[in-house]
Amino acid sequence: MVDRILGRSRDATAEAAEAADAVTATLTDPKQITWARVQLARNLRRPRILELVGAMADEFVELHGDRLFGDDEAVVTGLARIGDRRVAVVGQQKGADTEENIRRNFGMPHPEGYRKAMRIMALAERFGLPIVTFVDVPGAHPGPESEERGIAEAIARSIGLMSRLRTPIVVVITGEGGSGGALAIAVGDVVIALENAVYSVISPEGCAAILWRTADEAPTAALAMRMTAPEQQALGVIDIVVPEPGAGAHTDHAETARRLKAVIAEQLDALTRLSLDDLVEARYRRFRGLGAFREVDAAPPPPPERPGIADRLRNLLDPGRWSGISSIPAGRADREPPARDEV
Amino acid sequence: MPIKLPSFRPRRDAYPPDLWTKCPSCGEMLFNKQLDKVLRVCPSCGHHFRLSAAARLELLLDHGTFAEHDGGLESEDPLGFVDQKAYPDRVAAAQLATGMRDAAVWGTGLVDGRAVAICVMDFGFMGGSMGAVVGEKVTRAAEHALAERIALIVVSASGGARMQEGTFSLMQLAKTVSALERLRAAGVPYVSILTDPTTGGVFASYAVLGDVNVAEPNALIGFAGARVSAGTIAQELPPGFQRSEFLYEHGFLDRVVHRSALRDEVIGLLRYLVARPQPAAEAIEGEPLALPNFRPFSFLTNLAERVLPPETEPAAPPNGNGAGPGSPATPAPSTTGSPESSPPPPAQEAPRG
Repeated sequence: MVDRILGRSRDATAEAAEAADAVTATLTDPKQITWARVQLARNLRRPRILELVGAMADEFVELHGDRLFGDDEAVVTGLARIGDRRVAVVGQQKGADTEENIRRNFGMPHPEGYRKAMRIMALAERFGLPIVTFVDVPGAHPGPESEERGIAEAIARSIGLMSRLRTPIVVVITGEGGSGGALAIAVGDVVIALENAVYSVISPEGCAAILWRTADEAPTAALAMRMTAPEQQALGVIDIVVPEPGAGAHTDHAETARRLKAVIAEQLDALTRLSLDDLVEARYRRFRGLGAFREVDAAPPPPPERPGIADRLRNLLDPGRWSGISSIPAGRADREPPARDEV
Repeated sequence: MPIKLPSFRPRRDAYPPDLWTKCPSCGEMLFNKQLDKVLRVCPSCGHHFRLSAAARLELLLDHGTFAEHDGGLESEDPLGFVDQKAYPDRVAAAQLATGMRDAAVWGTGLVDGRAVAICVMDFGFMGGSMGAVVGEKVTRAAEHALAERIALIVVSASGGARMQEGTFSLMQLAKTVSALERLRAAGVPYVSILTDPTTGGVFASYAVLGDVNVAEPNALIGFAGARVSAGTIAQELPPGFQRSEFLYEHGFLDRVVHRSALRDEVIGLLRYLVARPQPAAEAIEGEPLALPNFRPFSFLTNLAERVLPPETEPAAPPNGNGAGPGSPATPAPSTTGSPESSPPPPAQEAPRG
């Protein structure tokens, strides 16, 4: 197990055998299976944009800088030839060792990373190049410098740009799809995921810390959020799940790239046959339709505007609760930090 | 996990919370009825308390002009999410406590006689978290504004995406932002008003994308929770971090406006931000040689405004944080409404469209 998580390479047959029993046989508890997947998705040896593009492209030119502030190495952008097709590629990149990880900020992009991505995607649109993005990010960098330079603005703008780009966009989630930092480069015509990838609105640790009041419940939160690729596919958030070789993508980069390349090429072929107007409209419809709600009879919702006698009595007995007035008594609301997400 | 027993003994600092509120900033005890009269701004220190959606609509719109749309939208439980409580139970409890169906309300109304589509969030409903219903309401408000070519106003107050709806709530970022992109392309104005708190996925989607971003003083506005920030980087956060003034300093807000001046601020902005008339937009694309910037309508309006005596200029201080003494007197211009306001139903009781 430790070997698998650390991604130490062993010989392929042993790994294949392990894969067979590790994920299916020895783990029967769904919580454990989900948690094993989360660990696999976070594996440092997992292939990301550089490894995958390196393996599947005949040519790759990396482009740097956002032209505004700097170059963020947590985001890799460039131009590549995949088969007979020239595309622009964008993705997040972690490091394989500590030194590289520091340089790449553990794969957590700053605003300039997303602004670089936007620059390359706009460039791709200008020159009629399809875009392939590779998502693997725990979340955008949450520090003060990120806030100062407007990480939220960068993410929102990037989402907006992708929603209207007049060129095909294929999204591949290769590892962790961590909330807004992932979605910023994941608004595409088709969303592909590797089998052990995960996608969620908040890290399971963050979710557990807020809803269960302890980060130790992360596996429970991971299960509750249904964050694994197959579950996300069932919800319609992910379109295609690509099986991984052996005990996981980290055991065989070349084979993973080969399988992905076939799917990406097929999707690009299909998407380039559509007119650009249809393409953009279909992309709008795709995201427009995600979410579950119902329309109930619009009779006015449950009443209580003013606290009744029962509420007043309860308030007297237990004044910590709220008053029934539609806003929270500020004295209490402000003492408790609001449940905020790291989206 | 420790077992939490209900406490029947009142806390030492207890007071009947439906009568009095203690200002968390200066400690002043405020009589609730009085506080409501001064727009829930502390008269002694200027602290802005959170406002319910109904009170916010009353503050911004001409009296009695709000017509709610899609009031019947309700959350579903797509994941079957259960933490310490099942998600549908949490929604039901919030509905009971607030009298709302979800954390946002959208509809149409008039601001100084000008039609707008407006969507208002309420932090009281599950922390104003954005699930499919909130996303849908913001999107429908934007689509309506686009179809009618009227300005869109969104008032945000939210802790972020609603975890209980998983990635569906994340997808609301894409949904709302896509709709706003269409608004932007069509030249229909969007004013984003950020109130305490606006964080997480709401800030990283529609709240930050206004043609003009206006915030209330000292509102908490940020991407990642302060705990997440501090935990990830293990260093002291700068003072005033993620407050309106911090965002203003770093260039992400146009204006920081005291609540008493907010309505006039919006009125002033909407005089400039008028939806581009559709035919003109086509003309610009079609014949580049025509005078592209000459818009007779706005030209005449501007001329009239220059010639006619000025009525109410938006004279809000860029930073109204210290506006203490003026507060009790100031609410009048915002609540009295405009000449057009017709007496009939108050905003809360307006029939939903």
